[in-house]
Amino acid sequence: MPTSFSSEPQLREVEPDKPLHVPIKRRSFFMYAGATAGATALVLAGCSKSDSSPGTIDVGSGDAGILNYAYALEQLEAAFYAQIKTGGYYTGSTITAAEKQIFDDLALHEAIHRDFLKAALQANNITPLKDLMPDFSSINFGSRDQVLAAAQTFEDTGVAAYNGAGRFLTSNANLALAGKIVSVEARHAALIRDLRNYNKFVDSDVVNTFTPSAPATAGVYLGEGTPNSTPNTQGNGNPGPGQERSKRPPQILQAVNNYLADGSKLSANSFA
Amino acid sequence: MDFFQLFSDLEKADPEFLDRINPRRRVFKYLGNAGQKVTAAAVPAVLASFFNRAYGQSATLTAPVQAVLTLALQLEYLEYHFYNTALGISGLIPPSEVNGVTTIRNDEAGHINALRGVLGSSAPSYLVTDFDYSGGSGSGNGPMKNALLPGAMGNANGALFFAAGQAFSDTGQRAYKGGAPVLNTAATKDILEAALNIHSVEARHNSHFRSVRRAIVANMLGSAGAPAVAPYTDAPKSWISLVDGGGPKAPDGSQPASKVYGPGTPATGADPKAADTYYPGDDNVSQAGVNLTTINSTYTAAAVSEAFDEPLDAATVKSIALMFTSAAGKAKGLFS
Repeated sequence: MPTSFSSEPQLREVEPDKPLHVPIKRRSFFMYAGATAGATALVLAGCSKSDSSPGTIDVGSGDAGILNYAYALEQLEAAFYAQIKTGGYYTGSTITAAEKQIFDDLALHEAIHRDFLKAALQANNITPLKDLMPDFSSINFGSRDQVLAAAQTFEDTGVAAYNGAGRFLTSNANLALAGKIVSVEARHAALIRDLRNYNKFVDSDVVNTFTPSAPATAGVYLGEGTPNSTPNTQGNGNPGPGQERSKRPPQILQAVNNYLADGSKLSANSFA
Repeated sequence: MDFFQLFSDLEKADPEFLDRINPRRRVFKYLGNAGQKVTAAAVPAVLASFFNRAYGQSATLTAPVQAVLTLALQLEYLEYHFYNTALGISGLIPPSEVNGVTTIRNDEAGHINALRGVLGSSAPSYLVTDFDYSGGSGSGNGPMKNALLPGAMGNANGALFFAAGQAFSDTGQRAYKGGAPVLNTAATKDILEAALNIHSVEARHNSHFRSVRRAIVANMLGSAGAPAVAPYTDAPKSWISLVDGGGPKAPDGSQPASKVYGPGTPATGADPKAADTYYPGDDNVSQAGVNLTTINSTYTAAAVSEAFDEPLDAATVKSIALMFTSAAGKAKGLFS
């Protein structure tokens, strides 16, 4: 079972200029774009000039781009939990009332995030991204293990995404809003991880864990200890000690695109 | 240019030179620049920035940035010493929960390491005796005094300890949220990202503490699958629902952490879209000027409040933290 994006085989390191889906994408892009003249114009309008992945929709630039990026992620999460609620595990007889309540809450929270972001985009005269078409065909919604593993992937990804996107926001009001959402995603992620593997609400796949050592002077702790992995440039997955492994938008979307249907795959070329 | 000679000369001229650059090297390593390739052409610039790090870092952190990071460091010490002390008290934390508390203690130690790295050698440090974990503002006799006493009234299975942990980590996540906009300057984007990466870890901790508290009530220790029980004072959801019924209850019936879930100052703003300028309570249902309960009939006030965590201003954070500060801590200016 994948425990994070990085451990999924289809998400291995890709060379940035060699998108995984090029042959299929290019064909489906033109099929999609060629449907009608109007659709062509719409899709082309969604592709920025620097787009190196044919067939992807770029989220745009500036605060508007980040808000649309968040809107895309929340669309995906909301669709995922909506599908859980009609799936075999949730509707079956083995699920506990407590877990059912958890999925009910998660579905509501993510739908609220999605609708809020759309409303916020419109209120700021920013055109929201189109309704995305998810592709959850790799997930067996009848299996508790698979449902929880996928939920963990989405939640951990959401946290890393918001954390890595904050720096690109100019408006502090937008930063504050992102902050209000990301901690709720972190609560979700921690609970799902605890449900799957108790006491793993934080682990080295999502946090650069830290092992403290005895202080030089007993009782006077000045931060002595060793991080699990060497801290590196922010956004590349090795933050400082005790910190979440934030990821930049292109890195996130590379993984997220596996759950989006052709025609709904995304790029974020302004936020490398 | 002979760097080794230069460093050696500098050390002669300024015996503290290596000490000066050491904490900065931590900034270098932990806050983002270590991965940058140094080319020959870049050497003079790198050298200049090196000296800037050695002698000018504190000056380059503006007073507001320094204030946010210092408060964060103080809150990390509050948490670190609490968990570290608890881990040393035999019989306080149930065996199934020791690994989780250890993880949390270690994360806080990492946060102290990171924040001290940014603030430099002038950063304050605090001892366990600088805090009053009874919640008595220095009297040592506050409503949470049983939280570190195994099996004391109200503290079976460490119930009060976990209640306090929930209150501390929620205070932390609200404080980081409130401070983040101050860190959002072109010069401090890496510091902002580090703070965001700490903020979400505090929220993960908080989620876990809440799961443990549900498990204690349901007698299901070692599992996150225990049911939440309204009004969520003792068996909360892993997220804040409205104001969680006022937060955890102390043995005397009081709710010493109620301010953790309440509004800050100012609680409302003239421009409801300026989300960084006011601090509603956690039962807030309007974001960016939109009352989200009006969007869909299933979006209850409870659900909407759960979907967003609210920031808290520094003054309110300090007023909460001062309940857990001893006379010795106050004498050092802790949370003042």
